[in-house]
Amino acid sequence: MPFTNEQLERYSRHIILKEIGAKGQKKLLASKVLIIGAGGLGAPAAMYLAAAGVGTIGIADADVVDLSNLQRQVIHTTADIGKKKVESAAETMRAINPDVTVNTYHEFVSSSNILDLIADYDFVLDGTDNFPAKFLINDACVMLNKPLSHAGIIRFKGQLTTIIPKVSPCYRCIFKNPPPKGAVPTCREAGVIGAMGGVIGSLQAMEAVKYITGTGELLAGYLLTYDALKMEFHKIKLPPRGKGCDVCSDTPKITELIDYEQAACDMKM
Amino acid sequence: MMTSDDLHYDELIDITDVTCPITFVKTKVALEEMDEGQILRVHLNDGEPVQNVPRSIKEEGHEVLNLRENGDGTYELFIRKVGD
Repeated sequence: MPFTNEQLERYSRHIILKEIGAKGQKKLLASKVLIIGAGGLGAPAAMYLAAAGVGTIGIADADVVDLSNLQRQVIHTTADIGKKKVESAAETMRAINPDVTVNTYHEFVSSSNILDLIADYDFVLDGTDNFPAKFLINDACVMLNKPLSHAGIIRFKGQLTTIIPKVSPCYRCIFKNPPPKGAVPTCREAGVIGAMGGVIGSLQAMEAVKYITGTGELLAGYLLTYDALKMEFHKIKLPPRGKGCDVCSDTPKITELIDYEQAACDMKM
Repeated sequence: MMTSDDLHYDELIDITDVTCPITFVKTKVALEEMDEGQILRVHLNDGEPVQNVPRSIKEEGHEVLNLRENGDGTYELFIRKVGD
């Protein structure tokens, strides 16, 4: 379908880029990205992907907007307090770009819904804040061969990697199992600097755009860490995938999804 | 005297109704939808468009075949698409 004049103008700064062009923009408009978590990471990612013209954006989150979210979850406003996060996020995305179709999923991800959720999407972005969800999303993406951007943030630190299942190391290749319950603080207990979500969530959106348009080199096979206090980025090469991994090796031990137990304070109602 | 009309072209666009950078964007999009070797004729204004569009198109790797002044403040630009 040819661009409308409005689209030519809206996406002109993309189309001008040699690496994107009209072809890349059309790929973005035809693409489907699922964002799990409409919080610190998901907020900037969703806004940039909507602005970029990703044609279909799914957003999953079971929470409602809370006053304490607004220090970093820039997709929500003070007027949204008490609203479902997915509804508030969808309103912002539609306001940024009416070209985008937003699908909302007001639910926790679990072994019973995750495969159905990700099945229709081309790329999955993990913006969750707890280990059980991160392992579940990783395993589901490996099982359905869905490319995934994993990220985590806490205090003044952030990290991310891009996972191309059966090609690059998965989350479980790096971290075999979730840490024992209560061993690691969540950002609810530990705090997180607001702009950290902006830095790392925007990098996740960048990886999604690069994957969809086939541009440049992905952060597959590497873990990028960011320490804001020291102002240091490190790109760490990961060992090759699969060997001994319980889920992505050629003879996986894990063939069914696992619902790890969640720390009580993570299950905010 | 040879005029622009004597030159062969496959597609024609008029970008006199838009300003930078949409001038380049429209030209680039038109070229992306054409086949390698085909020729695009662009009707454009004097000033910024005539300074920027041919240069940007060359940077993209396409071949500028001809640029002719029409005498009324507009130009005709002929571009051969290079690459796919």
